[in-house]
Amino acid sequence: MNALWQYFRDDQSEILGWLRTTLWLAAAPVVVGLLISLPIGWAASRFRWSYPPLVTIAGLLYTIPSIVLFLVLPGILGTGILDPVNVAVALTIYCVALLVRVVADGLSSVSDATLAAASAMGYTNRQRLFAVQLPLAVPVIGAGLRVAAVSNVSLVAVASTLGVAQLGSLFTTGYNATKHGSTPILLGLVLFIVVALAFDGAILLGLRVLTPWRRAVAAR
Amino acid sequence: MIRFDAVTKRYPDGTVAVDELSFVAQSGQITVLVGPSGCGKTTSLRMINRLIEPTSGKIFIEDRDASTVSRTELRRGIGYVIQQAGLFPHRTIVDNVATVPLLLGQDKKKARARAVELLELVGLPAQMAKRYPAQLSGGQQQRVGVARALAGDPPVMLMDEPFSAVDPVVRAQLQQEFLRLQHELGKTIVFVTHDIDEAIKLGDRVAVLQVGGRLAQLATPAELLAHPADAFVAGFVGRDRGYRALGFADAGYLPLTDEHVARVGEDLRAASYVARDGWALVVDGDDRPLGWLALGGLPDEALAGQVTADLLNLGGTLASEAGTLREVLDAALSSPSGRGVVVHDDGSFAGTITASEVLVRIEARAKSIRPPIAEATK
Repeated sequence: MNALWQYFRDDQSEILGWLRTTLWLAAAPVVVGLLISLPIGWAASRFRWSYPPLVTIAGLLYTIPSIVLFLVLPGILGTGILDPVNVAVALTIYCVALLVRVVADGLSSVSDATLAAASAMGYTNRQRLFAVQLPLAVPVIGAGLRVAAVSNVSLVAVASTLGVAQLGSLFTTGYNATKHGSTPILLGLVLFIVVALAFDGAILLGLRVLTPWRRAVAAR
Repeated sequence: MIRFDAVTKRYPDGTVAVDELSFVAQSGQITVLVGPSGCGKTTSLRMINRLIEPTSGKIFIEDRDASTVSRTELRRGIGYVIQQAGLFPHRTIVDNVATVPLLLGQDKKKARARAVELLELVGLPAQMAKRYPAQLSGGQQQRVGVARALAGDPPVMLMDEPFSAVDPVVRAQLQQEFLRLQHELGKTIVFVTHDIDEAIKLGDRVAVLQVGGRLAQLATPAELLAHPADAFVAGFVGRDRGYRALGFADAGYLPLTDEHVARVGEDLRAASYVARDGWALVVDGDDRPLGWLALGGLPDEALAGQVTADLLNLGGTLASEAGTLREVLDAALSSPSGRGVVVHDDGSFAGTITASEVLVRIEARAKSIRPPIAEATK
């Protein structure tokens, strides 16, 4: 433990910089991925015929090995090979792959009776989507979001093999250097776990704030 | 007034849910659509607020063609109550009730204050306002559903089996309160149910639909029971319609017998002196009947104690003087002493009557309203 702390103190500014990059790489793709998945998932739940193709195609994206994606993207995007944007875009694609189905299923989980009641009250379709259907889909979407966020953190670690400077660099340092033994690897492990737990906790907290009605029911 | 003018709903697969339906639901009245499943009653209801669009024909609401009004505008002016209430699970009760006023752009504070008033109107305490639907019982949710439908103060209300998902005791209670509310508010209500008893209890007029969405008969409940238009209606209104029709016959003059009554706390021996045929009626301090006390054939030593509430037989129902012949006959038939208990409007004891005395009244009434033979055979 002392060795970890010592190692951290020695390279504090560099490691904190890596931490910032890691947080950014772990958060942005989930947010952007969710924003992209919402309209696609909505379409899949709104137009039933489009559900199988949309969800299948989105799911297939997840089967692309991450290393391949990291290497192919610079060619497509015209970015430098070490540009962290490649990693962000790749991770966004994986989030979309996970979240399209989740959004579609979440929106479809709202009961027809509730939706019919909303229409009968005089909600326009748009109002109904944002005021009734989406809020009620939050528990399902939130559960999927937690999976996506944690899997995303682990993929950031994989991206270290590309040489994009972030916490994963602790692993590459650890593989190469002998002076500190396994200390950098251990430190990287600890920090990644902390980041993953922090994201999971943040989403969980967000869910609690957004769904007070679920707690009220559970407390009964 | 809601007027159906040759309304048909045909689905793409050729199924006809509603076939050339024409009828009028009068303003300020409850019109019940009743029929077996597949008769198109819910489809008909949903065509009024255009949750379903008719294939042909027109529906007029207060002489305005519903198809010419924008859907959202139309719906905000029509209250809608459905089975299981259809409340929004993620909103508090008060916000559920305030839905339509808020959609109409009313001030949030005002809408909520009004919503709390409406909760009280439907018999829910104001403390429930902050709860969520899942924290309420089925019956309470149904009340909230009614309050929500009333919130926009719509002249027209549509109710789709609103009371069918609750237990019979709660249902009867909700029906009673619904009638009381309608008495105060005088809305134009179209009410869908599959339960003919509910239709007869609640409807000012009842439309019986048969499978395929055709109107079999539209009539007042009394007329429906007395003169079913055809074999389908006769079969649907059921076997004991003769008995149920008494529910629409005022009791009128009743030859009541006065009784000497006993009171809780009295000596049993004193009560045994007032008993007739072994039964004494026990009343409370305000002369309201509590139950019957069996005193027949008791040995002398059993009369040592006092009259207590747990000795009473509560089997008999009470009939009100101003009630119907059905109530009075039921009171007589259900009474353990064979003497039906009739009470004044304030609930105090008026007298007793036996089943045979009620039957004499029923027969006399039947004779007086039966049409002359020449009329009947026409």
